[in-house]
Amino acid sequence: MTVDGGLARRLKALACTAPLHDLDARKSKVDWADASVYQMAEIALHTIDQVTIAMDFDTGADHERIVRRLLPFIAAQAPSRSPAEHERVARWVLDNLINVGTVDRGFRRVYGAVGAGGQYERRAFDFKLLVELAAPGGDVYLRATDEAINVLVGALDTDVESAQIAAEVKLDNLIKRGRLADAKLAAEQARYRTVQYGETLRSILEATRRDVRSVDWERSVPELLDSALDHIESRFRAENAILRNITQARDGAEDAERKRSAAELVDIVADCIARHTQLQGKLQAAGAYFRAEQDRQEFSGPPRKGGIDVFGQLLVPTLALPIAHAATPVHRYFQAASGASTPGVATLPSLVSMLLRPAPERGKVVGELPEPELAPAEDTDPYSDEQWRHADELLDLPEVPRRLSGLLAEARSIDPELPRLVALRALHSYSPAIGAAVRQGDDGALVAVDDGTPLDDPEFGGADLLVSTAAVHRDGDSEQRMATEGVA
Amino acid sequence: MSANHDVEAAARLIACGLRPKQVPARDVGYADLVRRYREDSGFKQLTNAVAAGLGLMVLDVSQQAGAVLAATDESVFEIKMDSYARQSKIRERRETEKVMHGVIHLASAALGFPRPDDLANDTYVGRVSVDQVEAVVREACRILDERAATAEGNDDPLSDAPELEQAWRAYARRPATAATKDGRIAPDTTRGMITRALRFLSEQGFLVHVSTEGGGTYRTTPRYQVQVRELAADAAFTELLELDVVAVAAAGGSLRATTTETL
Repeated sequence: MTVDGGLARRLKALACTAPLHDLDARKSKVDWADASVYQMAEIALHTIDQVTIAMDFDTGADHERIVRRLLPFIAAQAPSRSPAEHERVARWVLDNLINVGTVDRGFRRVYGAVGAGGQYERRAFDFKLLVELAAPGGDVYLRATDEAINVLVGALDTDVESAQIAAEVKLDNLIKRGRLADAKLAAEQARYRTVQYGETLRSILEATRRDVRSVDWERSVPELLDSALDHIESRFRAENAILRNITQARDGAEDAERKRSAAELVDIVADCIARHTQLQGKLQAAGAYFRAEQDRQEFSGPPRKGGIDVFGQLLVPTLALPIAHAATPVHRYFQAASGASTPGVATLPSLVSMLLRPAPERGKVVGELPEPELAPAEDTDPYSDEQWRHADELLDLPEVPRRLSGLLAEARSIDPELPRLVALRALHSYSPAIGAAVRQGDDGALVAVDDGTPLDDPEFGGADLLVSTAAVHRDGDSEQRMATEGVA
Repeated sequence: MSANHDVEAAARLIACGLRPKQVPARDVGYADLVRRYREDSGFKQLTNAVAAGLGLMVLDVSQQAGAVLAATDESVFEIKMDSYARQSKIRERRETEKVMHGVIHLASAALGFPRPDDLANDTYVGRVSVDQVEAVVREACRILDERAATAEGNDDPLSDAPELEQAWRAYARRPATAATKDGRIAPDTTRGMITRALRFLSEQGFLVHVSTEGGGTYRTTPRYQVQVRELAADAAFTELLELDVVAVAAAGGSLRATTTETL
């Protein structure tokens, strides 16, 4: 076997789309609505779109804003449903894209690869689609990850730089040939590329701002800034040319549809230009910050005795170790660096006052309720469809209630296994799931009543229940009322 | 008779050292004991012996930091990592959880004393904030990620051997923050863990809260510097040496802004 990097790359690309398919697969399992009418994967893609568009250099969008923007799109899929349900769908999709409920809030896909020794080994690929980050004010906002942007634009595993040039060349050509619908698509792709490019730069600038000690200020940083500025300059030129072209196309077009798409294109390209301007501002500020930081460093004292470089000699090597090995050094460090604690000694007076102390206010760091991830239960239904059908027939009692004993005897004459199912269902209906019946829109529910008669049966004991089907009535202001028929 | 007085004084000095927020500058009696420790070698030996008997180690005694003590192994004064990490939920593997807490404590020290000189310079006061600690660890993860990406061979973790996964992957995977229904900090997130670590260090008298800027900003105390310099850094370093992980320090330290090759 040979090592095939392309296979792993494609498998990873495929894995990024899995959470979207998963949404559609799981939509029938939501219990708060019949969600099968919604195209969840479409809503998810739209969500990623909205988050990506809202991203700029400082913050992204908060949850509320994204939900608000999703509502029209969701409402279009199911206009007859209530706005509250639409909002719920939006939140469900958003939560699932973040993967709320897992510790890491991400996704993991296991894929196979050929190891160095030629043997097959399973490796894990971790990725996220939307991440939550903290804004300076303490708010939480959303950003789309590189994986999400790659999934979204469908250009998997491509080089940012070349893809951007390709998209723009394509755009130029399309406009010249007058194919505006395609041109709009290409322009949108170019905008996502721009955002992705800006995101890369933002992370570099952030790292740069944090600490400039021993940065190669002679060569590599100025080179980086220069090349970024060159890049922006060429993009400005290209996009201004495109803007001129399509503005003419917009004004000259006679077909209303073409005029509209040209107008949309103008908006998109104008947005691209605005993003470049923002990027340029950041780049210029970074230079000034470097100089200020350099001045400050000039006045730091001369070296004294040597100590340990905590970051380079402890933190980075520890992070690079496998978890099983990293535990020991980390443990030693913690024990040595945490100081001494004074063990509390309980005396009777202090114990009494401890017990009488009012409950403390809950601190800021207290657990969020975990949402369990449930695996689907195995099929444990011991009864066949045939038996269920017989039981349904026996227990369909709209007019007159029947004794359980009679039902059991009749069931036994059909099938020796059937009485057990009938007895279980009768017992279950002693506490009928009326709420579920109302939510699912059923017409009736099985109700059992105990009037004190003991059950005389060779197999079962207990009360001889009166079993009947009750109809569910709904009135205007959504208050449900049960009307039982024939049950005293 | 005077021997008894000396032992009492030595024990009192240790008692002062066990109250992390008490400093000699605000307590004349404490300051006298500190002076005596520094000038009288007999008293110094006596104090060290009393401390050793209690299961404590005297790291340093100075007017700025007071008596800085560390608990020896299995001492009653020891703070166990198990009990520190226990408060977090057990859902994640315990080992991973402990390593993440430890990494956060290391990063707090790395930020408090970014260069080796800062650790050695007695007058240096560092600043640490939740935002910065988070950024420093993420940055270190990013460096390691880039290193892994340029290295030969597939570096993704093996799915059937999670304990061989590198520590930085576990950290990088953990979300920085998460929206909660009541706006509190989610304890499972890295920011939640950092907030807890910095609060813990300030309770131990190693940090002093300055402002709420950047998720909570603290300044380091001389006590923290002594603790990290005299014991903790060496202890962790020795362990790393035993694992054959050797890194040579440069005078300027290695915490720096980096440039990426991804562009």
